[in-house]
Amino acid sequence: MHLKRGWVIFLLVTILAVALVAAGCGGQQQPKQEAKPAAPSGEKVIKVGFIGPLTGDVKTFGESTKNAFLLALEQAGAKAGDYKIEYVIADDRNDATEAVNVATKLITQDKVKAIVGSVTSKTTIPISKVANDNKVVLITSTATNPKVTVDEGKRKEYVFRACFIDPFQGTVAAKFALDNLKKKTAAVLYDQGNDYTIGLANYFKDAFEKGGGKVLAFEAYAQGDTDFSAVLTKIAKLNPDILYLPDYYQKVSLIGKQAREKGIKAIFLGGDGWDSKDLDFATMEGGYHTNHYSASDPRPEVKKWVEQYKQKYNETPDALATLCYDATNLLLNAIKTANSDDTAKIKDALQATAGFPAVSGKITYDKDGNPVKAAAILQVKGGKFEYVATVAP
Amino acid sequence: MEFLAQVINGLQLGLVYALIALGYTMVYGIVKLINFAHGDVFMVGAFIGYFGFTYWGFPFPLAVLTSMVVCSLLGVTIERVAYKPLRYAPKIAALISAFGMSLFLEYFCSLKFVFGPNFRVVKRPFEEVYWHLGGLTISNIQVTIFIVVVVMLIILQYLIYRTKTGMAMRAVSVDHNTARLMGVNVDNTISITFAIGSAFAALGGVLYSVAYPQIYPFMGIMPGLKAFTAAVLGGIGIIPGAVLGALIMGQVETMTSAYLSSQLRDAIAFGILILVLLIRPTGILGRTETEKV
Repeated sequence: MHLKRGWVIFLLVTILAVALVAAGCGGQQQPKQEAKPAAPSGEKVIKVGFIGPLTGDVKTFGESTKNAFLLALEQAGAKAGDYKIEYVIADDRNDATEAVNVATKLITQDKVKAIVGSVTSKTTIPISKVANDNKVVLITSTATNPKVTVDEGKRKEYVFRACFIDPFQGTVAAKFALDNLKKKTAAVLYDQGNDYTIGLANYFKDAFEKGGGKVLAFEAYAQGDTDFSAVLTKIAKLNPDILYLPDYYQKVSLIGKQAREKGIKAIFLGGDGWDSKDLDFATMEGGYHTNHYSASDPRPEVKKWVEQYKQKYNETPDALATLCYDATNLLLNAIKTANSDDTAKIKDALQATAGFPAVSGKITYDKDGNPVKAAAILQVKGGKFEYVATVAP
Repeated sequence: MEFLAQVINGLQLGLVYALIALGYTMVYGIVKLINFAHGDVFMVGAFIGYFGFTYWGFPFPLAVLTSMVVCSLLGVTIERVAYKPLRYAPKIAALISAFGMSLFLEYFCSLKFVFGPNFRVVKRPFEEVYWHLGGLTISNIQVTIFIVVVVMLIILQYLIYRTKTGMAMRAVSVDHNTARLMGVNVDNTISITFAIGSAFAALGGVLYSVAYPQIYPFMGIMPGLKAFTAAVLGGIGIIPGAVLGALIMGQVETMTSAYLSSQLRDAIAFGILILVLLIRPTGILGRTETEKV
């Protein structure tokens, strides 16, 4: 009797598990596109993958980037040079292991030649290695950690990005705090398991101290943490002018709320991880963050892009959408220039990009696959982000 | 004064751990099984409470009650489906089943049509009020947690030592077969234990989500592990031990972050688990051959 029931449950669980796996895969795979070469003479096809966190703790990042990716392809008529573009979309849930899984699947099963993604550094660093080892071109829109394109001094030749890197973002934030806000003391709180926040935190600290400021507290937490009361009580007593929170919007909102509850009156300062409509605007009111672009920037490229995105998705594009749009266009441009599906040629064309008129600024690549351009500072004000200043490298 | 503030921070954390640790310890006491799905029941509790006071328009106490009832049913179902068929199988089978149940709950709740995989910000169901006593700040949330947990502990103590059900639970914890021969309905008693433990976890979940206002389907893992550590530290199977262990864990975590380094916090918390298992496997209050509930 017991044995029998055990089997029934075992079977049920197995069936469920299979169903779940099937459902999961189904969700990731795009419905087969029309692009099966109809005639044998058919057009040339190149497959491009997209990886982003479509669910999970930073899902708005994934949504924005996917929207921008699709819009860029649509505007290009899904063509680059003589090649028709087919795409496959995958979700990494902002999980490093999952990112490697989906990247491997895209490369080995779907045979993509290039990947746009992923969004955060912690997922992009592991997949950049997978892509580079398989000689697949990877361009990330927003992974700002230096290790994405360079590993222990060795350049990953097939990997590029459309954004500036952490040293720059941390440094700009420190400069802004010292020069524009005229503040002298700061406390830093960062996630010790996340390359992005570690990078920003360290470079902020270096630049802030070099500029004559003082970092009163430099504290870490773990990703799953929700209770920051001990550290914040300590920081409240030190009474810093600035609280630097270089994490993503969810965590920052939670820390910000607890910080105010503990009576911390410091100005909040952060990085591009804040850029989401899900940020707790009421709590973060008055805070500043460094970002790649501002929708209120008066340049014509920006205006045109904002208009087109609004028309299609009925909302203002955030920086993540913008950078993914730039990344996709940089890639399409390189495929067009190379006019080949040979990834080595595409990579060379991408490296040779100079003065490309992207929305986030004119992009020229340095030898490490990092674009050289300026950063914007935005302030949280009355439920939205307002453009404050542009800081050049 | 800062020290006192840290003690209060630790107390708040410890009391929530206590609510979860109680479920671990009660279930272990009665069926000698570590119910690893317990942290996930805590998560479900937090979500149901959140839905109650955010979407269904329940007043806060009703939302808490709903959450506790739903989780009781969930706890009993888990026991019936995943543990009861394995009750006389080797212990390792039930343990694996418990892990499976835990993963199932986490990923099932992550599905879009259940709770969805995303973080949700909990809008507190009541205004926060702060009292300033000298250099100390105490919030009404902290006071609420304190009162609720203390009242629940008293109720639990009464239930176990002053009622027939409690007597049955104590009997079953000593020996299933003898209890059955004495006319105790063992299956029902075990179900009741799961129901009570799960209701406590649900209460813990709701209080936790109000204190740290953010919830997601994987939120139960860490508090679950910490509460498990607390239960082992106090002596698993012993109810006062779970509370003592949880209070110690809360203080250790807070004090480590406050005076050593926030990076060391989890290392020290779980280091304690290893040390206890090595030096005193029965826990602080544990004795060999003690009556366990």
